[in-house]
Amino acid sequence: MSKQVNLKRGLDIKLKGLAAEKVLEIQLNSVAIKPTDFHGVIPKLNVRVGDKVKRGSVVFFDKNREDILFTSPVSGTVTEILRGEKRKILEIQIELDQLDEFVDFGKGNPASMEGSQIKAKLLESGLWSFIRQRPYTVIANPNETPKAIFISGFDSAPLAANIRFLLAGQDQAFQFGIDALAKLTKGKVHLGLSASTKSEVLSQIKGVEINYFNGPHPAGNVGIQIHHISPINKGEVVWVVQPQEVVAIGNLFLQGQYNSDITIAVAGSEVKNPQYYKVKRGAEVEAILKNNLLDKDPVRIISGNVLTGTKIDLSGYLSYYHNLISVIPEGNYHAFFGWLIPSPKKHSFYRTAFSWLSPNKTYRLDTNINGGERAFVVTGALEKVLPMDIMPIQLLKAIMIDDIEKIENLGIYELDEEDIALCEYISTSKINMQSILRNGLNLTRKEMS
Amino acid sequence: MKAIRNILDSVKPHVQKGGKYHAFHSLFDAAETFFFVPNHVTTKGSHIRDAVDMKRTMFIVVVSLIPALLFGMWNVGNLHFKSLGESVGLFDAFSYGFIKVLPLIIVSYVVGLGTEIIFAQKRGHEVNEGFFVSGMLIPLILPVSTPLWMVAVAVIFAVIFGKEVFGGTGMNVVNPALLTRAFLFFAYPQSMSGDAVWISEKADAYSGATPLAELASNNGSGLSITEMIIGNYPGSIGESSFIAIMIGAAILLYTGVASWKLMLSFFAGGLAMGLLLNGMQDLFPHNNYLDFPAYQHLLIGGFAFGGVFMITDPVTAAQTETGKWIYGFLGGVIAIIVRVLNPAFPEGVMLSILLVNVLSPLIDYFVVENNIKRRMKRAKLSQAKI
Repeated sequence: MSKQVNLKRGLDIKLKGLAAEKVLEIQLNSVAIKPTDFHGVIPKLNVRVGDKVKRGSVVFFDKNREDILFTSPVSGTVTEILRGEKRKILEIQIELDQLDEFVDFGKGNPASMEGSQIKAKLLESGLWSFIRQRPYTVIANPNETPKAIFISGFDSAPLAANIRFLLAGQDQAFQFGIDALAKLTKGKVHLGLSASTKSEVLSQIKGVEINYFNGPHPAGNVGIQIHHISPINKGEVVWVVQPQEVVAIGNLFLQGQYNSDITIAVAGSEVKNPQYYKVKRGAEVEAILKNNLLDKDPVRIISGNVLTGTKIDLSGYLSYYHNLISVIPEGNYHAFFGWLIPSPKKHSFYRTAFSWLSPNKTYRLDTNINGGERAFVVTGALEKVLPMDIMPIQLLKAIMIDDIEKIENLGIYELDEEDIALCEYISTSKINMQSILRNGLNLTRKEMS
Repeated sequence: MKAIRNILDSVKPHVQKGGKYHAFHSLFDAAETFFFVPNHVTTKGSHIRDAVDMKRTMFIVVVSLIPALLFGMWNVGNLHFKSLGESVGLFDAFSYGFIKVLPLIIVSYVVGLGTEIIFAQKRGHEVNEGFFVSGMLIPLILPVSTPLWMVAVAVIFAVIFGKEVFGGTGMNVVNPALLTRAFLFFAYPQSMSGDAVWISEKADAYSGATPLAELASNNGSGLSITEMIIGNYPGSIGESSFIAIMIGAAILLYTGVASWKLMLSFFAGGLAMGLLLNGMQDLFPHNNYLDFPAYQHLLIGGFAFGGVFMITDPVTAAQTETGKWIYGFLGGVIAIIVRVLNPAFPEGVMLSILLVNVLSPLIDYFVVENNIKRRMKRAKLSQAKI
């Protein structure tokens, strides 16, 4: 039974530099897989520097769950294994060759396959890593059966890629992906679509339950959609997959290989020509941003969106699950009486500054914190950007004092960092709520295992 | 702007860790962040942050207090000359009041911020903006004749025992400004109550009793509705003018800094209790105060000031949205009960808000438990389906 959910609470932050709807395909020299993109994975390497890899051959696996494999998105040579403190593996860089050799996993029609066969194929090809579970947002446990699988068919974050545009012409692969996923759950596969901008492709997909969501960001977050359709209670597990990953899973069955092509948006006020690019998963950023940055000020390059993304260097790589590179100015300047006379260039959720007078203005926001860290003081604001029946301040305070029972009772299992990113954005106390929530998730996960 | 930046930059190395004047690090920090928003950039979590910070939020509250402050200054002068039987112009009355009130404000800020800075230095954190507001609230809820040394002692007590021992702004249980007043009220009652303290340098023959004191001694308030709204009668400096306080309320509500739920429920609680007491006159035939029209309770004394600036303090109020309704309503109810049924205290707002301050964690506890129960119930339903 399809539902329409109207969400009132939330906030759309309109930034300058939205990607224009045209795609440029570019040649990459290298890609990388970053084990830090996966919560709770301890990487165990399968390759050494100098090893040849095919598209689809195993690069590393999870030490704790050895059937969770991570495979190479390209054919080439491992050139560098970058390590950080305590020899933690940060990046495995692979230089592309022209051969484009691939591992053949065999074609098949998921509609006529058993769940166990599908599972085996996904595990073997490393594409299992596309399926993540809530709670905790970690790679799903293949031995569990989720109560449902959720896919959000639109992204409401600032400068987000238009999913409808990303999926253009991929209907068949998407349908195959859905067919495969449907075999992995006893429940339903839910697809969340935006009620305001209807997607022709996605609304024709079969074998899913389509739910429509109306409202500001975070309406496109899969966690918010789960909360309103089939909330996660203690002990329950829901799986989530992103739309382009559904396509990749579909292609695995259609083509029998790991097709690592993805389309990403490159956006932000500091990008000369914000538009879409067709690249490989884990693409090097330099090839994309070379000659495409405005050299006005120092910039911050973010893999992902400005609320939840990861800071990367120009020499860095796109993160595994991201379909967006945002580039915004750094904000390391002193604003004279900035708290007294708010600049018209800055954006605020609150009426104590004046940006609410011009709701359609687009902003060039920078990374300045705009204040100093304080204890919680203001109440009643965070709830206005979190459209869930959850008390954010009480939950965050419970996490800060490691009160596990309370953390559970206040509903942490339903939350991911991205869901409270707006709370963090509007916090007048400038509290880093996403990292507090991750601590809470790690704590409960450790306690549960 | 450049010049200030240059001075700050030249002083900075000396107060940083290892510098000669590290002991003044917090003072420097407070000054630097007063002039400039720091150049800190985000390192984790959201890369962009809202333009509004704690300073801006607190500043709006100070702005909203200004109408009450200006009226209070005029009223101090006006009452002084009236008690002497002289009639003077608006400006003369205001400047007399200005000279009388300014020292109270200065003492409140200097002593309070000084205490805060010492604690921030000891604890190694930044100076919080909380006292920005408390420092302005304190003079407004005192009688004009309060000796300055008493203000200093009370402010130190309130900042240390009302706030810093709990961990500073955001952690306090009771409102520091009200605690300052309560401290003075119980430690130096002769300076905080009676008929002599409300008018500065009053002529002896003139009665300086507040209308609430008159009411408590069965005399009736002696004020017209217009006087109640304008507020030209004896009382604490900032509390008397309903209209000036309502301008402040409009600013707070328009900017969303104060919760309208708290304000509305406090006034509703006061009105409801007032009406109830009106109906109980027969039970207490000797207390004419019961007959005082309920709506007038909201207009006189400290009720409006408490309902706009005190009950809405987000730290000491209930923090859950449902809790705010209960908290505010209870505050209003108790304020009127103390006023009318307790002859020892002609004004009940301070005691009532302090009492609900202490109760607010309990109110929140039940609201949070309710949220938890709802989630448990949902889990059971989900189990039953499977």
